[in-house]
Amino acid sequence: MSGILKIALKLLVNDRSKFIALLVGITFAVFLMIMMMSMFSGILSRSSASVYNIGAKIWVMDPAVNNATSSIPMPDYVLSKTRSIDGVKYAVPIYFGNALVKLKSGAYQAVSVVGLDDATLYGRPELIEGKIEDIYAESAFFVVKDAEFKKLENPVIGTEFEINDHRGLVVGLAKVASGGLFGIPTVYTTYNRAITYIPSMRFTTSYVLIEPKSEADIPFIQQQVKKLGYQALTRDQFVGKISDFYTYQTGMGMNVLMMTAISFIVGLSISGQTFYTFILENMERFGALKAIGAKGHELIAMILFQASFTALLGYGIGVGLASGLMILAKLRLPSYAAQVTYFNLTFAFVMVLIMAGVSSYIGIRKVLQIQPFDIFRG
Amino acid sequence: MGKVAIKANALIKWFGEGETKTTAVKSASFEANFGELLYIVGPSGSGKTTLLSMISGILKPNEGNVLVEGKDIWKMKSDDIADLRLHKIGFVFQDYHLFPRLTTVENVAIPLILKKMDWNEAIKVAMEYLDIVGLKDRAQLPPVKLSGGEQQRVAIARAIAGKPDILIFDEPTASLDGDTGKKIVEFIKTKILNPDRCVIIVTHDSRIYEFADSIMKMEDGKITAFERNTLQYV
Repeated sequence: MSGILKIALKLLVNDRSKFIALLVGITFAVFLMIMMMSMFSGILSRSSASVYNIGAKIWVMDPAVNNATSSIPMPDYVLSKTRSIDGVKYAVPIYFGNALVKLKSGAYQAVSVVGLDDATLYGRPELIEGKIEDIYAESAFFVVKDAEFKKLENPVIGTEFEINDHRGLVVGLAKVASGGLFGIPTVYTTYNRAITYIPSMRFTTSYVLIEPKSEADIPFIQQQVKKLGYQALTRDQFVGKISDFYTYQTGMGMNVLMMTAISFIVGLSISGQTFYTFILENMERFGALKAIGAKGHELIAMILFQASFTALLGYGIGVGLASGLMILAKLRLPSYAAQVTYFNLTFAFVMVLIMAGVSSYIGIRKVLQIQPFDIFRG
Repeated sequence: MGKVAIKANALIKWFGEGETKTTAVKSASFEANFGELLYIVGPSGSGKTTLLSMISGILKPNEGNVLVEGKDIWKMKSDDIADLRLHKIGFVFQDYHLFPRLTTVENVAIPLILKKMDWNEAIKVAMEYLDIVGLKDRAQLPPVKLSGGEQQRVAIARAIAGKPDILIFDEPTASLDGDTGKKIVEFIKTKILNPDRCVIIVTHDSRIYEFADSIMKMEDGKITAFERNTLQYV
């Protein structure tokens, strides 16, 4: 580190009260921004859990569908028509629904039911206990062993329950890539059993899952499905649609945006004001440096270094605190939906750089204005 | 007397415009030589500090020029003037302007660090200068823990650490008692002044006039007297 920067560092760090106030301001802002954005990212990720877990390349749905769990059932002809589109390798139906199960203790618990195509079991979860073929046994269900699993009273293979006055039997425990958003357990069964056990509307197909022959066939498939009056979305497009729904149509996105903006403004106010006071209090020292022979660019480097050092340290502490809190929360509450993404980190970093930039700008303007003559005059 | 260190030619400086215009220095010309201890004396508001600022490259005159070792400093670029201050001129400010967040030795090392000397080397050299002013044992203390006289000596050590050819003191005894003030100026005269250095002191403390080689008197922005023999003047 060059000597002038070392002086800048000592001037900053040795003024403990100001330095701590600066750090607290930036850390607090980063902590809030990261927490808010991570919670929102977690919610968005969980809201698309089914799409990730099933893993189909193309999803056919009613155009009015805006999230995976609120499907609008489609008539059977949609399945047969999609199967006949050029470029479709195969197409299968899938059922998504909710039901109440009566547990052994007599308690009722809401569950999310996924009905897999009987012939192919396309979209099946990875089993950690049990055999896949057991799904064809009478009343058979797989239970997803995720954060919500214990709400079903920790069932094992052979555990029985009631679902809509039908007997249900746990034949396997499964794991999925991502847990759901609404905090209810998920069970898998066959498509036909699902529509038999759970009261349905006239149409029963929630989605048609398509495997295209090649990536190049996707646009044509989408075009043909559109002609049927339905919508075919790739996995990423569907995830995007769900994210857009939660971001723009539920008010959730606006709330998070506002909280993030408020965090930024609070952080900027605290750090800007404190840094400005710090510069003001050191004004005569900067003037003395100028009189001794320091050049303008050296003073600018000192201020930029002081602001950047504080900002980066505050950023690191803020990210660390937010991550630590999320880890603690997940230990206590496994279904806690928050995730730190590169986007969140980058966004917070850019915001912190803006804070440092604005604080530096104020300081630099002030320091460049001071004349060494003012030091002589006292 | 040695070569000319500073030559001021018809310096004029005014502040403000129109009705608020005040002329602080009115056509001041003088020379200060190497090996000379020059006092600029006069009452408050007589233009001493303004003149000092102009000859040290801090305040640009409205008219006239300043030659430092033969170079017209006000024809230089601002960065070159800053370089000149760093390499040729040492300052001891009236209020010392020490950095309270740095240790005493770090304060002394500042001009060396500005000259891009390695930190550790600068601290080592600064320690030698602290030794010269008799404060080596105070090196690691912050300046606020030192007495007024000690702070003055730290400021002197900082000013001479850069080995300047010209040393400028602004009211060095203003906040010191009579004895300490005399000791400081005696120290300057015997330890700091040498044939290759010019020392200029702005003061209105008549108790220290006895140490001057020359005294320049200012009143109302004008140089009213210049004596190159202090004893005669006093």
